[in-house]
Amino acid sequence: MAEKSEYCEHILLSRVDLENSTSIDVYLKSGGYETLKKTVSGRQPQEIVDVVRESGLRGRGGAGFPAGVKWGFLPKDSKLPIYLIGNADEGEPGTFKDRVLIEKDPHQLIEGMAITAFAIKCHTAYIYIRGEFAKGAKILNKAIDEAYEKGFLGDKVCGTDFKFDIYVHRGAGAYVCGEETALIESIEGKKGQPRLKPPFPANVGVFQGPTIVNNVETLSSVPWIVKNGAEAYRKYGTEKSAGTKLFCVSGHVEKPGVYELPLGFPLMQLVNEVCGGVKDGKKLKGVIPGGSSTPILTPEECENVNLDYESLMEAGSMLGSGAVIVLDETVDIVRVAARLGKFYSHESCGQCTPCREGSGYISGLLQRLNEGKGEEGDLELIESLCDNMAGKTVCPLADAMVMPVKGFLKKFRSEFEARIRKKAYQKADKG
Amino acid sequence: MALVFSEKAQASYEKLLKRYVDKQAVLLPVLYIAQDEFGWLSDDALKATAELTGTPEAVVRATATFYTMFDKKQVGKHHIQVCTNVSCDIVGSEAILRHLEEKLGIKAGETSVDKKYTLSEVECLGACGYGPMMEITSRGAPGEEIKDEYYENLTVEKVDEILGTLL
Repeated sequence: MAEKSEYCEHILLSRVDLENSTSIDVYLKSGGYETLKKTVSGRQPQEIVDVVRESGLRGRGGAGFPAGVKWGFLPKDSKLPIYLIGNADEGEPGTFKDRVLIEKDPHQLIEGMAITAFAIKCHTAYIYIRGEFAKGAKILNKAIDEAYEKGFLGDKVCGTDFKFDIYVHRGAGAYVCGEETALIESIEGKKGQPRLKPPFPANVGVFQGPTIVNNVETLSSVPWIVKNGAEAYRKYGTEKSAGTKLFCVSGHVEKPGVYELPLGFPLMQLVNEVCGGVKDGKKLKGVIPGGSSTPILTPEECENVNLDYESLMEAGSMLGSGAVIVLDETVDIVRVAARLGKFYSHESCGQCTPCREGSGYISGLLQRLNEGKGEEGDLELIESLCDNMAGKTVCPLADAMVMPVKGFLKKFRSEFEARIRKKAYQKADKG
Repeated sequence: MALVFSEKAQASYEKLLKRYVDKQAVLLPVLYIAQDEFGWLSDDALKATAELTGTPEAVVRATATFYTMFDKKQVGKHHIQVCTNVSCDIVGSEAILRHLEEKLGIKAGETSVDKKYTLSEVECLGACGYGPMMEITSRGAPGEEIKDEYYENLTVEKVDEILGTLL
């Protein structure tokens, strides 16, 4: 399920290929839970927050916000309990990296959560896992039971006075619940409609308590960082994008899969060297570099871009979740745009008018373009709708639709125009 | 007909309550239990859920109807869900979906007359490197554990083979 690469030490995927990698015995044998033991019995919470902040670890769910800084936003004197949530609602099209961490190394995630909880003085955590990952939820529940049995969770973590419980909470099929405030609403038993920020979850989160929501990959990086130190982590990656990251490559490559690479790794080296090149020797048409919400890159743009937060931002796209979708020359971009339009329109939670109405309207226009029924002016209309959605809603789902749609229209405009012209010719022929 | 949760389900509910400081938070897990118990979330099943949890029926309904995995109509014994999002689409998910439609004699979104199969076109299931793919959710008798399986790197032949294993 996950491929090992030769380009860096494996921080996240070191155990995924071991036999019975999900069992606590295998985890313990490879030094698992040692860091938790040392942390709860000899270190101060603030030390751990500092190490993670200094490591430069950034949120791996897509936003890339520095994890240690996020933890630092928690109020120091909260009267309400502090909560930690592991975001396992992996739903960004193209993304399949957290699934590996959950299904192959659940104890690494549990240890990361326990260390994080100690650092932020939290005693209750939830893992919010997307409903479709039924297998992952089962594996997690079993691993959590094992961790309780061995005393790594519960009233006395590793025999100390630190109390910590983890519960698995299954989602039920809603992309928007990956957004942290929608996720919180969903845990509370409500529709997954995002909250207005501020207040941010670090101040008012689940059950009104201060809450930290971190992605599975972020939390799974914590044990290694705390064990080896910030400097060791910074050996990999770039100044601003430190460490290693999972890249999940799908589409037209010879060897799709999940690869752990240092941030700043060249995109085309990933495609050509790590993944064996574009499938069947075809030509590259474009790469969606960070999940469906990130604007597509043309082959020319791919040429010199590196996979880190800054480089991709500079190239006009985003690192996002590290979901690299490779499209070969045969791909019909109008069809891709129409399919994504349908996705975002389906997943809009319906709360904000610009997103609810705009996503449906754009999706409809894209379907009609794809079916060869587009009219002159459709592209301009889509762009105008995009401008009326972006930045005008409670959560970033509208932006997540607008960014790729605008990217397709800008970079592959001739394909859309050709589709409209084709219809005009057919009309003239019939006339 | 008024539906009542089994004793086993009620015990699970009591256990769930301890996980949250607010009782409405049990709603998602309890809706899953209701779906297991009653097969799908009919009006009566929603009513029973409201009663069990002491949550207004309107709230239960609002939550249940928001999420796609809560079945608001009866689904077949085997719910076949084919991902057609971009990563799967560009490697041939449409051919898989059309083949299933032909083979099962139903369109995506429909349930066979004998209630054995429901076929759905779904959004990304997080298996993008291994497309085309489908998830099959199989229900046994009410209360029996539900089987959930991902099938990846599908071909038409592989789909036929898999269909042959569904009883």
